[in-house]
Amino acid sequence: MTAGEAVPGAGWRRADGAPAQDRERHRRSGGRAPRPGESVVGEAEFASYYGRPVIKPPVWKTPDVPLYLFLGGAAGSSALLGALAELTGRPALSRVAHLTAGGGALTSVAFLIHDLGRPARFLNMLRVFKPTSPLSVGSWILAPFSALATATAGAHLLGRFRRLRMLTGVGAGVLGGPMTTYTAALLSNTAVPSWHEAHRELPFAFAGSAMAAGGGIAVACSPAEEAGPARKVAVTGALIELGAMHRIEHGHGLVSEPYRTGRAGRQLRAARACTVTGTALALTAGRRRVPAVIGGALLAAGSVFTRFGVFDAGMASAKDPKYTVEPQRARAAGRDAANASAEEAHTPS
Amino acid sequence: MTTISSASTAFSGDDPHNRLFGPVPDVAGERGYGDDHPPRVGFFTDTSVCIGCKACEVACKEWNTLPMDDAEGNRAQLGLTGASYDNTGMLGANSWRHVAFVEQSRAVDLPMPTVGAPGAVGGPRPLEDPPVVHPRVPASATTAEQSAPQQTPSADREIRWLMSSDVCKHCTHAACLDVCPTGSLFRTEFGSVVVQEDICNGCGYCVPACPYGVIDQRQDDGRVFKCTLCYDRLTDGLQPACASACPTESIQFGDLDQLRARADARLAALQDKGVEGVRLYGHDETDGVGGAGAFFLLLDEPEVYGLPPDPVVTTRDLPSMWRHVAAGAAMVVGVVASAFVGRRR
Repeated sequence: MTAGEAVPGAGWRRADGAPAQDRERHRRSGGRAPRPGESVVGEAEFASYYGRPVIKPPVWKTPDVPLYLFLGGAAGSSALLGALAELTGRPALSRVAHLTAGGGALTSVAFLIHDLGRPARFLNMLRVFKPTSPLSVGSWILAPFSALATATAGAHLLGRFRRLRMLTGVGAGVLGGPMTTYTAALLSNTAVPSWHEAHRELPFAFAGSAMAAGGGIAVACSPAEEAGPARKVAVTGALIELGAMHRIEHGHGLVSEPYRTGRAGRQLRAARACTVTGTALALTAGRRRVPAVIGGALLAAGSVFTRFGVFDAGMASAKDPKYTVEPQRARAAGRDAANASAEEAHTPS
Repeated sequence: MTTISSASTAFSGDDPHNRLFGPVPDVAGERGYGDDHPPRVGFFTDTSVCIGCKACEVACKEWNTLPMDDAEGNRAQLGLTGASYDNTGMLGANSWRHVAFVEQSRAVDLPMPTVGAPGAVGGPRPLEDPPVVHPRVPASATTAEQSAPQQTPSADREIRWLMSSDVCKHCTHAACLDVCPTGSLFRTEFGSVVVQEDICNGCGYCVPACPYGVIDQRQDDGRVFKCTLCYDRLTDGLQPACASACPTESIQFGDLDQLRARADARLAALQDKGVEGVRLYGHDETDGVGGAGAFFLLLDEPEVYGLPPDPVVTTRDLPSMWRHVAAGAAMVVGVVASAFVGRRR
């Protein structure tokens, strides 16, 4: 990227200089252990343009988009749950799951349209198909999914069209899996440091979160004799969510920091508390209704908090230039050091 | 239904490893323009001669009829940042050129006068001891070419102002173009990246996708706007408004190959004269965005000017993202299906 003299700053500081730089440095929480690949270089010198962000923070609205992430995920796993419950002869579970899927799908589309500004803009999303745009791929998943899920829920409410309902339910179930995870690519395919760096874990965090939510709602709303599979889905999902979020919050050095601090940190701690308590209640509830309802609701609440926390952590990482500049400097310096040592190895001494 | 993307060949084409990033010799040809398309054009912004006059900003606003806004992008607001002479603040939907204004200082070790008896050893030294370049010309008058540009001494400090006119980079691999779900952004025959305002549906996905933070949403409109490299002027054989208005030729417009050669020569010239910290930014085809259509000669680290030190097009990691998304979806199907296996409870 750069050529020429690489003396950092060459002694120059911003005119109101040192204090501003100290301020940036002080905010960093203690030393972090170097990870493989970045251990070659020391801590990067950090400078910024009057503390202004380098990248533009996402312009997506809150709570529209975090709620869209939650509802889409819950609807996706519910559709799958509903389809399998229907096929294995669990009418009550199937009804609850399909209604959740239909309701979630419709509301998530409403939130998406509200974020875009007007309904015609959602249709405009379908004028091309681009594999490089997770939003384009997602629109092509979301549009048929919400149509099928809403039709299935409608048929349940009407109590008619049973064969058609089976068909649309299976269709929605097939699209349910991708529905739960495409939103992870949507977030990580941006320059937002804390989202982009977590691109390997986010799909699993969102998948787990979606299963915890969909399973939790089904556990809370369906009779205990049919809720067995939903409980298994909810608990497995919650454990996957906890594990993946732990890696996101601790595995990426500096860019993991926004997940632990500020509003995002508080939301993700609340998410963890809800998910852990909800899992314990769902496991111990047995056939008792009250703990099952509370446990299921807590699992869904944990999923909501996870989505808001992840969203806010990304916003925080985009707004502070240090999360953009420092990892990039470390990467560039590591590459330069590797090139230099490779050259040294080739030069006979 | 069509597929429009600078990276679509990575999924359909011959070389799956080299179309999401890396050099592309003919960026417009790759997008389907015939052999007779014009050469790729761009900007070379030589910040060592920028005087911060903002003529480029004004010319851009005038030509493109951009509304007034403040440093936060609020339309029809007049605001001072209070941080510097820069009250534009950033590139945005209504500011397609932005002159960064960095004020820096450093301590210098001046030969201080000492007190002592006249004639004593180590007696008073003259206060003024400027390095003489030419007998009749004081050093300070020629600093722009002799030592470091835009630099003046002040007591025991040296002060310098770094000014740099920033603009959309028109990347070889443009993240905004790749992530746009409507095909509103497209690659022109000149190799630049342009938004079609009538197709943009305001999803705002390109905004966080840009590793340089260039493109932005116009508030109260919802659609996004950015530099078009004056596409309308180029098709009529004119050069962009900012380059025409620049009084010092800090902004140079032309064929990208020629600009790169000119930039290399200028870099060598400045390095020969001992100018500190001079470097080219965005000209390297092997960088994270495959080389930028607008590149810069900088006098300090990129982040000092608000530029990312090592930007990477976000779609470079897209294959990995899709693999993990697919694995996650398969896991959901597996978990839910296995929950229905076994004894009924």
